[in-house]
Amino acid sequence: MRDLIESALKGHNADYIEIRIEDTETTNISFLGRELDSIGHSTGKGGNVRACVKGGWGFASFNDLDSIRSKVEQAISQARMVGNEKTELAEAAPVIAIVPPHIISDPADVPLSEKHRIMEEYLDLLWGGPEIQTSSLRYSDGHRRMFYGNSQGTYIEQARIDVNFWASAVARNGGDIQQASISMGSLGDFGLIHRMQSEVAELPHKALEFLAAPQVQGGEYTVVLDPVLAGVFVHEAFGHLSEADHVYENPKLREVMVMGRRFGGEHLNIVDGAKIPDLRGSYQYDEEGVEAQRTDLIREGVLVGRLHSRETAAKMGEKPSGNARAIGYQHPPIVRMTNTIIEPGEATLDDLLEGIKEGVYCKNWYGGMTSMEQFTFSAGETYMIRDGKIAETVRPVMLSGNVFSTLENLDGVGNDLEMNEGGGCGKGGQSPLPVSNGSPHIRLRNCLVGGA
Amino acid sequence: MLEDLLTQALKQADQAEIFQVSSLSTPISFEANRLKSVEARDSSGVALRIIKNGRIGFSSTTDMSDMDGLVARAVEMLPFGAKTSMNFPAASEYADVVTFDQVTSDLKVEALVEAGSKLIDKLHADWPDIVWSAGVSKSVSSTTLLNSNGCHAEETTSAIGIGMEGTLVKDTDMLFVFEGQSTCRPTIDTDAIIASIERKLNWAEHVAPPPTGSIPVIFTPNAVADLLLEPLLEGFNGRNIVQSSSPLIEKLGTLVLDPRLSVWDDPTLPFISGSGAFDGEGIPSSRLPLIKQGVIANFIYDLQTAAQAGARSTGNAHRGLGSQPSPDTSVIVIDPGDTLFADMIAGYPKALLVESFLGAGQGNTLGGDFSANVLLGYAVENGKIIGRVKDTMVAGNVYTILKDIEALGSELEWVDGSLRTPAISCTGVSVSSKA
Repeated sequence: MRDLIESALKGHNADYIEIRIEDTETTNISFLGRELDSIGHSTGKGGNVRACVKGGWGFASFNDLDSIRSKVEQAISQARMVGNEKTELAEAAPVIAIVPPHIISDPADVPLSEKHRIMEEYLDLLWGGPEIQTSSLRYSDGHRRMFYGNSQGTYIEQARIDVNFWASAVARNGGDIQQASISMGSLGDFGLIHRMQSEVAELPHKALEFLAAPQVQGGEYTVVLDPVLAGVFVHEAFGHLSEADHVYENPKLREVMVMGRRFGGEHLNIVDGAKIPDLRGSYQYDEEGVEAQRTDLIREGVLVGRLHSRETAAKMGEKPSGNARAIGYQHPPIVRMTNTIIEPGEATLDDLLEGIKEGVYCKNWYGGMTSMEQFTFSAGETYMIRDGKIAETVRPVMLSGNVFSTLENLDGVGNDLEMNEGGGCGKGGQSPLPVSNGSPHIRLRNCLVGGA
Repeated sequence: MLEDLLTQALKQADQAEIFQVSSLSTPISFEANRLKSVEARDSSGVALRIIKNGRIGFSSTTDMSDMDGLVARAVEMLPFGAKTSMNFPAASEYADVVTFDQVTSDLKVEALVEAGSKLIDKLHADWPDIVWSAGVSKSVSSTTLLNSNGCHAEETTSAIGIGMEGTLVKDTDMLFVFEGQSTCRPTIDTDAIIASIERKLNWAEHVAPPPTGSIPVIFTPNAVADLLLEPLLEGFNGRNIVQSSSPLIEKLGTLVLDPRLSVWDDPTLPFISGSGAFDGEGIPSSRLPLIKQGVIANFIYDLQTAAQAGARSTGNAHRGLGSQPSPDTSVIVIDPGDTLFADMIAGYPKALLVESFLGAGQGNTLGGDFSANVLLGYAVENGKIIGRVKDTMVAGNVYTILKDIEALGSELEWVDGSLRTPAISCTGVSVSSKA
């Protein structure tokens, strides 16, 4: 593969060329209700060429590897159509590396019959409890081998193994339907599939509990988030804004996102980095061949860093951070988060709840989205807080806030950091990208809660 | 080659089906008011589905040199595969549904770049404070479907799409406007796009306090697509019918929604993205009523869910390369009402008008619930739009709010290329905001 890539890179007239070739293999099993819905095993082979000429980008993706040389020509001629400025890419030392995948327990070593059997055990857990209307259970694993070379002398082979698990229980009472779900993933660890029993067994109980629960009255509340949902919160409420591609060509936003700007109190510290090991967003080199790092984004409440590709770093006069990622060879790399974390403080959960007369406690997650200024995220479970104690269950809520004011209202940081490794991130038509996020329990004042 | 693959697969199965796709798309993007990149995405692959002893095996690949592996992997799945009583369809007569346009197919990248540049330059000249980005894309895709019961269907589709977004930043106050069109033919009306953007920006010029409580909400066609459509249509999906997890089960033939509401799935409309002569399993397309004057008329099925429900496939199998077919809607058209959009607004002393939402589709959509943040919406006071709202959320249930709607618009708009709807105004939506 190295010969193929290196020879295809030679003899062209462009400021920068990179080639990525991938081999993928995925297995998935899904049950809908008590019955198997689908089981499949798919393979893929393909690649892309990205070229830059005078600051303009061309990109060509393909499945037919024999066409690689003509695709290089195509990407360059497209880049030429665009470029009329200067190519600016931050320095990245050329690297030659072969990186083995991070493996704790390889799903490829487990026969399909065994994966199927384990899923049937989970099915028994979903259906062995109180009566539910239906359930959904999904497992997938994927092995992605990447071969990357660029015209500046870098050649990297990397591989990653992803394991994903999702389960939900649906309860119904006439036209009224509620569901409880859980999502989990890992980088290279099939063992995760053996550790979900208690969470899955709880789902039918939760779905029925939601069905019996009232809806919260919409409005502003003091909200306490568990570590999992607080992880989703930091991803949506701040993480996306720290991606430099949203900022670097918008002069007004650059003024707003100036280093040193205060976003929150001194207890607030946020980091992101693929170099933080063993998590779903971990890797050694990003998809421009830049080594992964650990980037401080907020230190003691103040903006100190952001996430970059080589281009955004050069244009902002900052250092590349190794955050250029793509979900697959069909897409060019864009600036993405990896593992995003609110660092723990000293408060216990009781400290955070103390003094809240009427508030909302949210656990687990369902989804989240951001517009840069506003963000929303939804809880998997919601409880009222009354007189400093977690009280009755209400139906799961959606929360919403303003990126610039909500972090100021984050007035309590717990001591119990946990990582959330479920779901995936979507941006620019590329979804789901494996990321993780994490946080201790946190408290938000004046948080907008949607409801009746 | 595909016939050989079919023969090879049939040696180890009772029935076999081959689905082959190839597509070439050229997305062009403009960022920060200027051309940023030109791409060409060339993809192809083949999927094999087999049935043996009432079980399904499935595999797909983009590696056309690995047909033996494709068959072996599908066969490997058979012992665990989903149980089925479906049969792949025999050859059918298909209606002539035109989704290919030679002019679109022949469009050069340079022409797309020029069209996009013109639009971006105009937007930038008219609104220099706004940072504009845009995407222009052309694609041509071919599908071949072949099965052992005699079906052999082929279709080529062309598509052209344009979308743009403007971001206006004033310190930490941000305004986002979007506009887009997509069709099979190069009939995109850039004047209409610019007029619509101008209208939105005028309404959004001032920030107004949001009306809150249980107040009337007017959904523009885009807002109908953003918030109401997904929870509503989920109830018609054969997968949810088979699982009895749809609130509409046992409601077929009964009046559930406002009698003014009629909704169709119509993939037979020519030159519409989402249209086609046959579905992902070779079943002929048809114009299917989902809601007829408020009455639940049909659910949507593919072969497998139809077999499970004891129904017939409605020709709604949708599929990508890497996954098995699943029922989904194709082209949704909602019949118009008789209220002009301007009259809808003029009728209210206090209401919320919404153009787009952030975070719709999270939460309990299966039960018809919705909850979302208003990304672009306006306060209406004494029949007039007084400005855009911020920090505002809406929540409610589609079945409740569409049971007794206030007004149904008489003007129809295409949204995202495959939904045609009027504006709808409803009561019973809960609107909350920061104090």
